[in-house]
Order: sequence, then structure tokens, then C-alpha cells
Amino acid sequence: MKASITLRVDGEQRSLTLDTRTTLLDALREHLGVTAAKKGCDHGQCGACTVLLDGRRVTTCLSLAVACDGTSVTTAEGLAPGGTLHPLQQAFLEQDALQCGYCTPGQICSALGMLDEAQAGHPSFVTEGLAAPAELSDEEIRERMSGNLCRCGAYVNIVAAIRQAIAERATP
Amino acid sequence: MQMIEPRAMGTPLQRIDGAAKIMGTAPYAFEHRLERPTYLHPVQSTIARGRILKIDTRAAESLEGVIAVITHETAARLASDENKELWVLQSAKVHFRGQFIAAVIAQTPESARAGADRIAVEYEAARHDVSFSGGRKDLYAPKTVNAGYPTDTNQGDAETAFERAEVKVDSTYTTPMEHNSPMEPHTTIAIWESPKLTLYDSTQSVHSVRTTVAKSLGLKVDQVRVVSPYVGGGFGSKGEPHAHNILAALAALRVPGRPVKFALTRQQMFCLAGYRTPTIQRFRLGATRDGRLTSIIHDVVELTSRFKEFAEQTAVPTRLMYASPNRRTRHRLAALDLPKPSWMRAPGETPGMFAGEVAMDELAVACGLDPVELRVRNEPERNPESDNPWGNRHLLECLREGARRFAWSERDPRPRQRSDRGWLIGSGVASSTYPRYVLLGSRATIRCGERGQYTVRIGAADLGTGTWTTLTQIAADALQCPVEAVHLEIGDTEQPNATVAGGSSGISSWGWAIVAAAQELRRLHGARPAAGAEASAQTPKGADDETFAQHSFGAQFAEVRVNTLTGEVRLSRMLGVFSAGRIINPRLARSQLIGGMTMGLSMALHEESVVDERFGHVINHDFAGYHIAANADVTDMDAVWLDEVDDRSTPMGSRGIGEIGIVGAAAAIANAVYHATGTRIRNLPITPDKLVT
Amino acid sequence: MTPFAYERATDASSAVARVAAHPNAVFLGGGTNLVDHMKLGIAHPQLLVDVTRLPFSKIESLPDGGIRVGAGVRNSDLAADRTVRERYPVLSQALLGGASGQLRNLATTAGNLLQRTRCAYFQDVTVPCNKRTPGSGCSAIDGHNRDHAILGASDQCVAVHPSDMAVALAALDATVVVLGRQGERRISAVDFHRLPGDAAQRDSMLEHGELIVAVELPALPVAAHSVYYKVRDRASYAFALVSVAAALEVRSGRVHDVRIAFGGVAHKPWRARRAEAALRGAPATEEVYGRAADAELADAKVLKHNAFKIPLARNTLRMVLRQLAQGGR
Repeated sequence: MKASITLRVDGEQRSLTLDTRTTLLDALREHLGVTAAKKGCDHGQCGACTVLLDGRRVTTCLSLAVACDGTSVTTAEGLAPGGTLHPLQQAFLEQDALQCGYCTPGQICSALGMLDEAQAGHPSFVTEGLAAPAELSDEEIRERMSGNLCRCGAYVNIVAAIRQAIAERATP
Repeated sequence: MQMIEPRAMGTPLQRIDGAAKIMGTAPYAFEHRLERPTYLHPVQSTIARGRILKIDTRAAESLEGVIAVITHETAARLASDENKELWVLQSAKVHFRGQFIAAVIAQTPESARAGADRIAVEYEAARHDVSFSGGRKDLYAPKTVNAGYPTDTNQGDAETAFERAEVKVDSTYTTPMEHNSPMEPHTTIAIWESPKLTLYDSTQSVHSVRTTVAKSLGLKVDQVRVVSPYVGGGFGSKGEPHAHNILAALAALRVPGRPVKFALTRQQMFCLAGYRTPTIQRFRLGATRDGRLTSIIHDVVELTSRFKEFAEQTAVPTRLMYASPNRRTRHRLAALDLPKPSWMRAPGETPGMFAGEVAMDELAVACGLDPVELRVRNEPERNPESDNPWGNRHLLECLREGARRFAWSERDPRPRQRSDRGWLIGSGVASSTYPRYVLLGSRATIRCGERGQYTVRIGAADLGTGTWTTLTQIAADALQCPVEAVHLEIGDTEQPNATVAGGSSGISSWGWAIVAAAQELRRLHGARPAAGAEASAQTPKGADDETFAQHSFGAQFAEVRVNTLTGEVRLSRMLGVFSAGRIINPRLARSQLIGGMTMGLSMALHEESVVDERFGHVINHDFAGYHIAANADVTDMDAVWLDEVDDRSTPMGSRGIGEIGIVGAAAAIANAVYHATGTRIRNLPITPDKLVT
Repeated sequence: MTPFAYERATDASSAVARVAAHPNAVFLGGGTNLVDHMKLGIAHPQLLVDVTRLPFSKIESLPDGGIRVGAGVRNSDLAADRTVRERYPVLSQALLGGASGQLRNLATTAGNLLQRTRCAYFQDVTVPCNKRTPGSGCSAIDGHNRDHAILGASDQCVAVHPSDMAVALAALDATVVVLGRQGERRISAVDFHRLPGDAAQRDSMLEHGELIVAVELPALPVAAHSVYYKVRDRASYAFALVSVAAALEVRSGRVHDVRIAFGGVAHKPWRARRAEAALRGAPATEEVYGRAADAELADAKVLKHNAFKIPLARNTLRMVLRQLAQGGR
């Protein structure tokens, strides 16, 4: 069965007609040619398909595209208009927070969503007393980033890159 | 050996392909944009042994969007059955559960999958056997083990020496079946435009995919092109083509002119993309009271598939690690109705050094010796089996440097002495080693452009290993030009032959070909070649290859915390110190070494593929069931290396680093768990159920 | 995936009417479990009624001092809610211990409750499973059952419920508010999920066409002093081997009030009433904690690979009670 939807993807309004079975992930990759959302497991178990949906980090493999009609999607590509890397992306490059790169766009979107959540005072599983953390410790970053698996084992540098981006935000 | 002057080499150049990957625009195999794509979804056998009696494809073919269905009755005939793993859709026989038995080609991925669900299959099931144990009566000795090593070795009289030893360790260790699980699934887009077949593939070797697929299909090599500029991890599982490559090609033959897109699902990767065999390893160490080894016996049992043999070289590192007048190593295989095992990061060394380095820890405890000191006392002066001198053995320096940095001397050797709020704390050490391999057969071509620019072409692969960056650095130094002047082209069979990105041989083999081509360019065209000048050369054979034992070494130090009530284990600190020749790019090398250690941590604490013997397949076949380390599992971890140039290995002074990081990591963690708790866990992974009481 | 029609609900009653009238219709929430199962071939709905845009995304105070959580409230928002954090910390922690940040941003309160039980054989349509095909047999009982139930299982099914949130709700005496064609009904969270018995295909008491509209939490003073501890195979992003949700108030060295539920041990969140009874009024000592755990686990039955869950559940409960008695969360 077919459905017509409209998505705002990386700032651009896109209309498309697709099978109701199409996930948001496949809509982005196969219908719109947006490859920054990656398919690693297709079952919400790896985080490679993470984007910002209306500003919040979500996996896209378990969302039906038809249910996302009218939403706004930002991928890692959209964070770098004209190829100019977002400061967090630049930090990933400098800290070498990637190897094969397949999980990387998802890590980037997840990290940005995570930083916003922390800014809004959201606690994590490791937050002492569930209080809003004054600053994100490495332990906090690790826990909040655990939904993005990386088989190359770039975690140490991913944490370093996020820490660098936080420090740069603090000192404009 | 004529070494090249390091100018770019040794500098922490940022990853050249980094920005494109970080933006998500670097095209991985499935992401090449092609007109009018079709999608393939396979049907897999639901028996582990037997034959197909009937396949009814009508319901699938009548489905909207389905273009065609191929089965063993309708697929094109292949030309070669030399590699049984690639004998796809050619017969009714089923060799393992999950084998491809049909495939649906459709206009959309949704239709292809729905079509595959509608194919009805009747089987004649035979009794299958996937039961892996060391007590099987039909264990056999393969002719050789992986990488061509002898199956068994024997020096002196190891059994008698063990019986007479003053101190003995006799333990059996097991490692489970493990899956490589790169984040990017195994993927191929195949297009048949007669007489040309093009594959956009995710592979560690475009050229070996080309030759293998060409042979399989009965095509000439130059009829096949394989393109793979970016690879989302492989860890050995993309080192050789698997059945999916052939299935995609067969589908492409069915829909000429249209691309067939095929990516394995995560679940399918657990039966169609290789894995590491489980191992059962009995390790016997005999020693004098002061810890000098008198006997080493390493007996390995592992599995292979019945239809095609793969024998992991698990006992091979035992042949060189420590001095002993008596030594025996042995590999035995159980042939089962399972998919074929294959390479997974440091095949042989990874499971073998887990057992060997835990056994050494047990011996240290038995002798009352510090485990670092025990290793010092058993340092061999020459390679124990070949009697060749060492090319560059720096194990003891790694151990000493690691001990210093890790504050090892402050450690109370007694187990179960430190705790903090309900968590026991302990530390452990293990050695690591990996052979220096340079494979012959790669060729590089260098062409001079305008204004001192060079184009360097070689069909190499970057699977996260940093090839784009490090080969550029090597080329710059070989050509004595800035890195900005080098334009590197890799990942396409249009480029000259390159050997596989495996065995930590890639940069050594390809880099040397580039160095040789630069020398050839100079020889043919002088110091300042004109635009358009071109030269090409192959990787030469090293002068010291037969006369020196060339290996990398390392030392891994780990500290863990173990919850006294729940048995949860958390790594709190880990350091690897490695000796691997010149490090070409310290920024990328550190990432790769830490990545290997992280995979070792994952092996130690998390990974286990569980085969259900009744059904014959891995039942925890996804990332919710097969755990790999997540971010929260990796805490304070670092990798450093000795400042070293290996002038016997390559003209760059380097050896490979892709694999040594994982070797010994699991042993160091298991030894730390013992030190924390006093409980020796010999069966990986170390999960809470094994520690809770 | 079987083709299906998709509709977006505009109001709750018509959504209920629409699904109730169609035997193969289901509600679509965050989709994180349903779409997963549709891909695996476990679920084959022909009509999806999307309820995510219904006005059920508020967390409100109730006159009796409790709170009402809209069915559509996302797990991440519920976990971060200030009232929940202060008065029901166990619920926040349980939510934050589940899945991952990006999944919690999708998953809803109702959808979390309606997660199907988890079992590798249930997830694999090529092997028998009573939950998928009643009468086909249970592959887990004689298979690999390390993750499986030690309490309340039947010879039909030994799967466990995967939700962390539901374990906290069971401990907190929460109520699930359900809208059906006949109007609203209320089901206690403890009774919402069911044991497999001889109908393993049913995970909850919800009837076809019924829609969860809210979850209500009572004003429960002891809940302010509560904790969720989850033991799993890696440090994060994994299902529980065993988890404990507990609230404890100790007065003058004796247990004044207590609530306990286990996760990872049964087909449903396991409210530990026997342990609570053993604790209530008793001295807050290690010995009593151990006795309470033993009382709850007395009827535990182990399978080939899950015997470790008994000491694990016992130890985890002891640890959590000790921690709560000492004033930590």
C-alpha cells in the first residue's frame, strides 16, 4: 500500500510516495539518497541509523516513514552545510574518533542530541541522585553514548571528541 | 635494506577520508547511486543437512514488485566448484542451516523480503551433527593449519618432561564461537552489462573478489570489476568473498543492465559471513621451582565445516613465545554441519594467546613469582623452533615499560586483597605477539602530474585501517614530496593488483610496492620526472625473510572491578605497550591498537555465539543477543609503543598493527579477574553467571 | 513484512472503534517493538492505527497526591520529569536503564508496557514457539535458556518480560488506565502482565481493541526512597539478567514500609510480596534481607542454564536493601 508524505530533510522539503512498509531509514537511504543514516542492524540494536528528528536523537530503522509525515530530519550531512564541519564533527576528526566510519554519522547525531538532553537537565542511568549533572563526566558521556555501537572500538576517542566539543562550547 | 627518509611518516596526519565519513557522504557499498536498482532478498534453509525436494516460488512471483526468483533449478550454472562455500544455488544439497537456497529480485526492498517469505520449501532432512566437544571420536588432524603452518610440532620429549616437572599447570581453556560483526553488513551491488560484471562490494580485497568471482562464474578476470572505496569494518570477515557475492552476481545475470542491491541482514551475518571457531585448549606447563619452563604442551580442538575446511592456527604462537627444551603443539578438528569458519582478527593468536597467557599466569601463581618476572625468566634467545635469530624481539621492553607506566610494582601479588564499596579490584598482565607478514603480489603505479603532483594507484583497501592516510604518507616520503602532492587511488580493480588487507600485512605490502614504484620512477625518469612520466613496481621479497624470525610483540595490563554480590566485571584501566616497528601515523595507530584492545575486552567479557544443537544455527544472532562492548564498557584505556625502526621488515621500518592489539587482551583481563577475586575463569566470556555465588 | 494500511488516529474513541472492529488491526506507538516484530515476521498486522499524535503526552498531578502519566509520554521525558525523579526515583532509573537514549526518545509509556516477552526462539520464526504458534512447542525449555524465567513459568513458555519500566511500576502499585469500546477500565500494574500458563501467546490482560491511555502512580511516600538496580551482560544497552526495583523506609532500625519487584526472572514483572511480608516490621539487618529473598525465591525452578539467577536475584536484592537502608539511592 502506498502513502504520500512530506519530510524536511537537512533543511530541504522533500515529498515522496512510498510503500507504507518503508522505514524512515530506507526512505532516507533508498528514496532520497541520504546516506548519512546507516543501516547496521535494522532492529534498534546498534544506533548507526541515528538522526535528529524534530531536534531529538532517534533511531530511524524502527520508525515507519509514513508515521513521520511532516517531521524534520537532520542527519550528519545536514550538520555540515557546504561541507563545513560542525564543531563536534571537527572534534571527531581531530580526536580520530572513527575508524571504518560506518557508525560515525550516527555517533555524531547521537552526541548532539545527548548534549541537548544534558543541557535540558536530563539525568542518565549513572547520574548520582538523578540530579541534573552540572557537567558531563566521562562516565556520563559513556553511558549516554552507549546506544551507538562501534565495532572498531573508537569509544575512547569518541568520548575525547565530545569532551573537546563541550570545552569549546564553554569557551567561545 | 634501503630505508626511506621519514618526513610525513611519523606525523599525526588527520584521516584523509575522515570528513566524508563524518558527514556520512563517503559511499559504502550499498550507497553507490545507480539508476533503476533492484533489491535482492535471499531464502535460507531451515534444515542443517539434507536436500531440497521442492521449492514453490509461485506465490512470490505473483507478488507485486517481484521481478524474478532464482533457485538451484533456475539459477545460472557456475563454472567452478573448487570453493564449496561459493557453490551457490547449484544443487539441492543443504550443508548448513541458513544456507542460501533461493533469492527474490524485486523493485523494492519491501517486496523482495515479502516475496522471500512466500517461498515454500520441502526438504528431505538428514541427521545433522553440530555438536562440538573435545571428546569426539572423529577428531582429525588437518594437513596444515591456516597460513600454511604445520598442524603439529614436537621438540624433545614434552610429555616426560611435564611428568617430571617440579611445578605443573594442567588446565583446559575454552573460547566460544565469535562473530566478526563489522558495523557495515556484507554488501554487494552487482550489475551485469554483458560481457562485463561490476560489483560494488564491501571487501578487504577487491582483487581477490574479482579473481574468485570470475573463476566461479567462468568469466575472464578482466570481465569483472570490483569497486570498494570505503569499507565499514571487516576484521577478517570481508577478507575473502562469501556466498552473498555469488548470489548477487547470479541475480544480476537474471536482470541484465539493472543493478541488484544486496546487503546481508544482521541475522544473516551469523551464518553467511564467517566466524571464529570455538576452541578447547588443554595447556600443560612444566617448570622448575624458580619458574624456568621445562615443558610446554598445547593441545587444541576446534571446528570446521564439513563441506570446506578451515583450520585456525591456535597453537602457533605457543611455538615461539617462551623458551623450553621440550614443546609439543597439536591441532585437531571436528568437522560439523555448520557454516565455514574463517578469519577473525588475529586468527590463531587471539584464542591461542588467551589460553597460553592465562596458563602463564597460573604458573606464576604456582611458582610464587611475579607474572612479569616469570616471562623475563623464559625469554628465548632465538626462535625456539626454527632457531632463527629474532628480527626485532622487544617483548621484555614492552613488559617493563608497561609495568612502569601501570605502577605494577605497587601491586600486592596476593589475590582478593583490594576492594572498594563492594567491588573487588585486581590487575593482570599478558604478553601479545603477531607475525610480521609481507604478502607478495601487490603492484603500485605512480604517474607524475603537473606542478609536482603524483597520482599513486594500487587496488588496496581501507576498512577503517587508515590506508587512505598512511599510504599517502608513505608515498610522500617515497617520492620526497609533501603529502598534498600525492593523489592516492585505492579500492578499485581498475588499479593495479593489491593483496588482501589481512594478517596485518596491508600497509607493509602495499607501502613497499609504492616505495619500489617510486624508486623505479626515479630510475626511469630521474630526480625530476616530467608530467606524464609513469612507473610501476611490485612488492619485492625481503632479504631477511627466511633468515630472521620477524614478529611484533606487546604487553597488555588490565585492572578490573568485580562486584562481590552480582559478579559484574568492569574494566577500570587498561594499557597496551607494543613493539611494531616504525609507527607511520601515531594518531591513527593509537586508534587501531586501542580498537584491538577494545575487541579483546569484548571477547573477554561479552562475546559468545550460541549454537542450538537441535536446530544447527546460532540462536543469539543479533546485537541484542550477541553482545559487543558498548561505550560504557570501555573506560581508561590507552596504547603506546616503543620508539623503533625495523630495518629488516620494510623500507618504511614498519610492521603491521591491525591485529596485535587484540592479542593477549582477553588474557590480561581474565588474569585481572583472578587477581581481584581469587577465582580462575578459564571459559570465555567472563559473564556474571560465572562469578556469582 | 505483510502489506498493511496506515491510519492516523484523530481521537481516542474512534481509534479504539477502528482497531476493535478489525481483527488484524493494532495501535502504533513509538514502533520500537512492533516494527521490529513486523520485520522479523512475528507480527502481521493489516491495519496500523497511529496513536502517537493523540493528546496523551502529559504528566499531571492527581488530587490524591499521585500522578497520571499519559500513554504517549516518551520514556526519556518520563525519566527526566522532575516529580518522577524526586518522588519515584526508581521509575526514572528503571527507564534510564532501558534500551538507549535514542530508543527512549521514541518509546512510549504504553508501548513500553506492551513490549512482548523476550526470548531468542520467539524472535526466530524458523523454530517452534508456543507464543508465536500455540501448540508448536517451546524451544527454550530444552534449549539455551540462560536468559529465561525462574519464577512462574509453565511448560508452555519460559520467556521473561524485558521491560525495566514495568518492574518499577509493579513495585510502585501503579494502575494502568485502559480505554475500550465500553469505556475506561483500570488494571493494577502488577496484574497487567500475565504468567504464561497454557496461553503463552498472551503477554498482558489487554483485550483486542483496548487502548492504554494513561498510567497512574499513587501518592506513595516510601517511593521517594527507592532504587533500581539492573545486572546485565555489559555495562549499558542490554536487557537485564536480573533487576530489582525496591523502595524502603526504615524507622528505628525496623522496616516501616517496603516495595519490591524483580525483573528478568519471570514472564511478567515479579512483585515480591513474600519478601515484602518477611521484611515489614522486621529489623533492617542483612540476615532479614537474606531471609526475605529466600522466601521470595523458595519456589524458583531452574532450567539447564539459568540456575545462577537464584543467587543473583538474592544477592542483588540484599545489596539494594542494604543500600537503601544506609540512605543511598
